Amino acid sequence: MEKRVTFRGVMLPLLLIAPQVFISAVFFFYPAGQAIWQSLFIPDPFGLSNQFVGTGNFEFLFGDRHYRSSFYSTAIFSILVTLASMIPALFLAVLADRLIKGSGAYRTLLIWPYAVAPAVAGVLWMFMFNTRVGVVSWYLGQLGYDWNHVLNGSEAMGLVVAASAWGRISYNFLFFFAALQAVPRSVIEAAAIDGARFWRRFFTIVLPLLSPTTFFLLVVNVVYSFFETFGVIHTITAGGPQQATTILVYKVYADGFVGQDLGSSAAQSVILLLIVGLLTVLQFKFIEKRVHY
Amino acid sequence: MRQLILGAVAAGTTALTPILASAQTEVKFWHAFTGRLGELVAAQVEEFNASQDDYKVVASHKGNYSETLNAGIAAFRADEQPHILMVFEVGTATMMGAKGAVKPVYEVMAESGAEFDPDAYIGAVKGYFTTTEGEMLSLPFNSSTPVLWVNRDALEGAGIDPDTDLSTWQNVEGVLDELKAAGHSCPLVTAWQSWIHLENFSAYHDVPFATRENGFAGLDTELTFNGEAQVAHIAKMGEWAQDGKFVYTGRRNEGGANFRGGDCALFTESSAGYAGIKSEAEFDFDVRPLPYWDGVGNAPQNTIIGGASLWAMQGHEAEEYKGVGEFLAFLSSTPIQAQWHQDTGYLPITEAAGDATREAGFYDENPGTDVAVKQMTANEPTANSKGIRLGSFDQIRGIIDEELEAVWSGDKSAQEAMDSAVERGNQLLRRFEQANR
Repeated sequence: MEKRVTFRGVMLPLLLIAPQVFISAVFFFYPAGQAIWQSLFIPDPFGLSNQFVGTGNFEFLFGDRHYRSSFYSTAIFSILVTLASMIPALFLAVLADRLIKGSGAYRTLLIWPYAVAPAVAGVLWMFMFNTRVGVVSWYLGQLGYDWNHVLNGSEAMGLVVAASAWGRISYNFLFFFAALQAVPRSVIEAAAIDGARFWRRFFTIVLPLLSPTTFFLLVVNVVYSFFETFGVIHTITAGGPQQATTILVYKVYADGFVGQDLGSSAAQSVILLLIVGLLTVLQFKFIEKRVHY
Repeated sequence: MRQLILGAVAAGTTALTPILASAQTEVKFWHAFTGRLGELVAAQVEEFNASQDDYKVVASHKGNYSETLNAGIAAFRADEQPHILMVFEVGTATMMGAKGAVKPVYEVMAESGAEFDPDAYIGAVKGYFTTTEGEMLSLPFNSSTPVLWVNRDALEGAGIDPDTDLSTWQNVEGVLDELKAAGHSCPLVTAWQSWIHLENFSAYHDVPFATRENGFAGLDTELTFNGEAQVAHIAKMGEWAQDGKFVYTGRRNEGGANFRGGDCALFTESSAGYAGIKSEAEFDFDVRPLPYWDGVGNAPQNTIIGGASLWAMQGHEAEEYKGVGEFLAFLSSTPIQAQWHQDTGYLPITEAAGDATREAGFYDENPGTDVAVKQMTANEPTANSKGIRLGSFDQIRGIIDEELEAVWSGDKSAQEAMDSAVERGNQLLRRFEQANR
């Protein structure tokens, strides 16, 4: 049974949630409302005129083949980023958890990449893979592989996924590591006495016990890959080649701030808002059922 | 730490005090220059402020070209706009469309009574910012044009006479073949592919880039760079890319590093690349006019500019516009322009500044620095070569970049790619037309 603490009266609870409601209203509801309102208009950049077009902006977007294909690249991108940032993080956390000596130093070192800002991480990766002066592309060249993410869409996608996932591994590592420490030793020892080997124990006992953390990270990482990877993409590929790495949020920027088409940009933000909302609802509805708290 | 912050605040306030205390009219000027160019702009402003007592120009850096334009737009919406805003050439149509937001330069000059003779400016430079009726809307500030940079040592290394004629693409093709045969890994590289190989290519061969005089005559313009001449050139470049004779490095000026490092033999880039190449190149280099296809269109017509111009914004006092007029007149004066041209490699905006530079012997001491000027002014600009004025042009360039990449990688033929770029670009033009009706 859940235990609930209740307050008497109405004023005190209202007062207590007021700051949160206020912050949400100012920083979330008001801008979101503005975006929805603006998505119905085609304004000129300077705000001198505003034409009501109803759903015109949405019709324009969905009539654009490249906008539709940007959904596809966004899906690929976020699935890859989520996997590439969670699986290595879990692996490293399991290894760190087994260490008896030196786990502190190991842990600290693994957290460092998280401190690197996305744009800086982007520049770092861009230089390593620069087609003519990059260290990694030079070694690949020695191995006979001609790396050119400037023209090759799959290589470009691989590079932005790696750069986006890299810093994120640290963040996921921290959560997995903490969760692993919370797994009761007695359960694992009992399994060990029953003769279960390490990986068997991991898949049948540890992983299910980690599911709340895994679920939380899944939601957070999907949201991250949708919104916060802008800096990496902007510095490495600027959405190219041939829109291979133009994910939805990058197109919002490009149309709004490069093209100064604020109507289309607002309509795209609304669509993005709906997608992420829908995804989160779906995740809670279907995946959370399989989570054991 | 705390003391340091207090110190910084104190220093900041002291620096501001004279502005607040003086009775001078303040003129705000937002620009996009950093580094050496930023210093040169600051020096110009300082000289202007020292030359008279009535006005004080306050220059602020607002980020790169796109950021400066966005800062100006945001400031206008908040009624905090500067008097003078620097806008890059692709933003020209956006500014022109904003009739209530900008005050045309010819109007500012007429009202302020400052010295202003539109005929003193070089036609090909001012044409980009002038209406079809001949009214100058913004003052050209920094303009450059694409030229061909040659690594003489690389040619010699491949057994080619470094003085060989590279004025036509036919000749360049022969040299690329020889370089390739000699095992050179990077015969040709380029910067700003759309600007050089489509926009300037069209002007130089006197073929239209878009209908309605490249957009000068109206917003109902449509792209036409999928014409025969352009497609043939892009197809050739694509062929060179497949053969390893043309190396693609990126959408901006990434290729500059390869050329300056000595990796590449030929490089099509802005004439303003001069300062960087001169300081870094450890090889003998040459500046040559941009090549043209002999027998195609009316080549060589004239090339067009890239760079930025200064726009006066609406919503200020008449007295302040007088200051704007005085400052713009000061910037156009011969000594200031000649100095700017020689320091930066940008084109002079007036004929007089070019003449003064020649008379001072600058071109003789720095051979090649006048190639850009000659190439721009060789012929009277035609409807196809005075410039390009398209809405959402920054984004259209992005589309062109994507489609060109498809050609370089061999995914699309030149015709397919240009047709697709035209179709996608036209959609944006229609959106722009609708927003600026």
